[in-house]
Amino acid sequence: MTILTPTEDRRPKRSYRRDIALFAGLGVLVALVYALQGSAYATRMLVEAAAYAIIAIGLNIQWGYAGLFNVGVMGFIMAGAFASVLFTFPVNEAFWASDGAPMLGIAILWLIGAIAFVGLVAQGRRIGLPQGLVTALTIIAGAVAFMVVSAKFDAPTTLIEREAGFIGGFGLPVLVGWVAAGVVAGLIAWVVGKICLGLRADYLAIATLGIAQIIKTFLRNADWLTRGTLTVSPLPWPTPTVQELGFLWARGFYLALTAVILLVVYLLVQRAYHAPWGRMMRAIRDNEDAASSMGKNVNGRRLEIFILGCVLIGIGGAILVHFGSIFDPSGFVDLNHTFLVWVMVILGGAGNNRGAIFGAVLVYIIWVMSEPAALALFGLARDWGNQLFGWVAPGDLDSRALQMRVFVIGLTITLVLRFAPHGVLPERLRGRD
Amino acid sequence: MDELVFLINRGVIGGLILGSVYALGAVGVTLIFGILRFAHFAHGDMMTAGAFFAFMLAALLASFGVDLPVPLALALLPVVMGLTALFAIGLDKAFYKPLRDKGARPVVLVMASIGVTLMLQGLIRLFAGTGTRDMYLNAPKDIFRIPTGGRPIVVTEPQIWLILLTILAVVALHFFLTRSRLGKAMRAVSDNPELARVTGIPLETVVKATWIIGGGLAALAGTMLALDVSLRADLAYNMLLPIFAAAILGGIGQPYGAIAGGFIIGFAETFAIFNFSVILRPLADILPFAVPASLAVVPTEYRLVVPFVILVVVLIYRPTGIFKGRVF
Repeated sequence: MTILTPTEDRRPKRSYRRDIALFAGLGVLVALVYALQGSAYATRMLVEAAAYAIIAIGLNIQWGYAGLFNVGVMGFIMAGAFASVLFTFPVNEAFWASDGAPMLGIAILWLIGAIAFVGLVAQGRRIGLPQGLVTALTIIAGAVAFMVVSAKFDAPTTLIEREAGFIGGFGLPVLVGWVAAGVVAGLIAWVVGKICLGLRADYLAIATLGIAQIIKTFLRNADWLTRGTLTVSPLPWPTPTVQELGFLWARGFYLALTAVILLVVYLLVQRAYHAPWGRMMRAIRDNEDAASSMGKNVNGRRLEIFILGCVLIGIGGAILVHFGSIFDPSGFVDLNHTFLVWVMVILGGAGNNRGAIFGAVLVYIIWVMSEPAALALFGLARDWGNQLFGWVAPGDLDSRALQMRVFVIGLTITLVLRFAPHGVLPERLRGRD
Repeated sequence: MDELVFLINRGVIGGLILGSVYALGAVGVTLIFGILRFAHFAHGDMMTAGAFFAFMLAALLASFGVDLPVPLALALLPVVMGLTALFAIGLDKAFYKPLRDKGARPVVLVMASIGVTLMLQGLIRLFAGTGTRDMYLNAPKDIFRIPTGGRPIVVTEPQIWLILLTILAVVALHFFLTRSRLGKAMRAVSDNPELARVTGIPLETVVKATWIIGGGLAALAGTMLALDVSLRADLAYNMLLPIFAAAILGGIGQPYGAIAGGFIIGFAETFAIFNFSVILRPLADILPFAVPASLAVVPTEYRLVVPFVILVVVLIYRPTGIFKGRVF
């Protein structure tokens, strides 16, 4: 340790002081929420903020390390959340006893066969077919495969919906479900990344936005799988439940578990950042051409980090939805589950994981507290407007007041981009300051 | 015969309407992409904003007792288009230009446009609530039934106007881009911004013109769409994906490509959810299999998937689009 040069020794200290000051301020804010809103409420907020922090770290490594523009965070949250629900929800005996189960199995085999078939056709170049023909054949094969598979799924799904409601879950421990959440989100990310990562950043944004909408459309309409709008609840908890311990203790245990996961994720990601792997990632982000000419596989590394980020997003999503104890496909919206996370990352400081955690907690507090604040503000406006000018407010003023949150999130994005594009805790670049 | 009319009513007219709206939106997106080099996510909400301007002005006039043979919102279109164009320039001044001047990367501008989208949505919902409104204030919608012997072909007044105005806008755009100085300058900037700058083309004027055209066409599309269906705060958010799909399909930076792409996406979407079993029913005796009750390529609730699949296929196999757009 004595070999360290003086400059390298000093720099971290100086900026840690800033970190400590900011996190201390955040602590005061949290304490204020505890004092004002009560412990049970504040603990709930902290659990959700911690889950969002895991999601924000996932997005942060995609955007901050590799410059990948993922606006489909909601889709990966939903995919992870549902995967976890499927693995952990109690077994639905009616489904396994009915004819729907074997029929569904056969349909899934058809699906796998169809994917393999289309994949084989897409490899047509290897047997010497021209590219144009392969393209056309792949598209035709894809369309045919889609129609065949959707026809095969038709009968079992209607049967399941009629006889068993939905397929239920596998009844496995919750932690297994959370791992499954990461795996499923990662698999989807692999497919998306394979297709889109060679393209320009804007295209990735448009593609991920679409993926998120499609995942949501599917999960909302596939009643046989998710009960659709009927929602799935109550979801199991990995820690003792509210019924056993009461609100405060149950939420406290959940918070402890989530915080441990967050800490582990943070330490691992931080290690990776300072390892040669992280340096390579930043090199690719800062100068793709140079990195590529040094023999780095740019697209391969990007795919890696896109998958890794989405795994974290999926796990975070699962933690979030299990805590809420209900899986409601309509409850996932871009605003809460994509753009809010983006605000957390850019406000905290892209490329800095402490910044992502700080941003997540701060923005979530603001987000949660803005609801009573907006209602109070608009209530005040209504009273004063009424007294001074005889203004009669529209009856849905309260629901309109809540729409202000959309505006505030948008304004925050634009203002931060303009005045503090590196966030409050910017990435520390070695050898530049 | 009835089946053919059904196809025309549901498929052809529906596709034309949707295609017109997508095309008008995609022209704006593609011009902004070509000249300012970023994907403008707020374009859908600019359409909604235009429709709301039209609604507010029309409601104002109606409250003064003004009554015209055409719907008020339609008569006010030129005003609304101008207003939305000004609004678009204002958005640029307030949110995009400062970033551009600082030399921000295009990705940052895209993110800023997402911020603008959210702000517009918030404001529209704050002022207009989340309910739906009918844009026909003074009289009910005219519905034309063209007799064919059996079931009539049904077209409504706003649908006819939308198709006519789209043709008019496309022709006007064509003459603007090929004949006027500014239009030529726009194409030059879109082709090669560096070269255009050194030849002395005023970049800020071109940028302004881009917003005017994009905003005006967005207002046209939004207002006509709201006249055809109804006005909602989330009128155009779901249009974002098809509009981008149309712009990319046509080749980024190619206005004609965007128009073609808009109609292709519009028809693809309409026909993908079209129930073909109606067409097959008269042939039921000849066909070797029983005609199923519903025979659509995708169920109606999955219509959003169609433009997305087209988008992804185009991105994989022809990232420059069918009209050979630019690769950045």
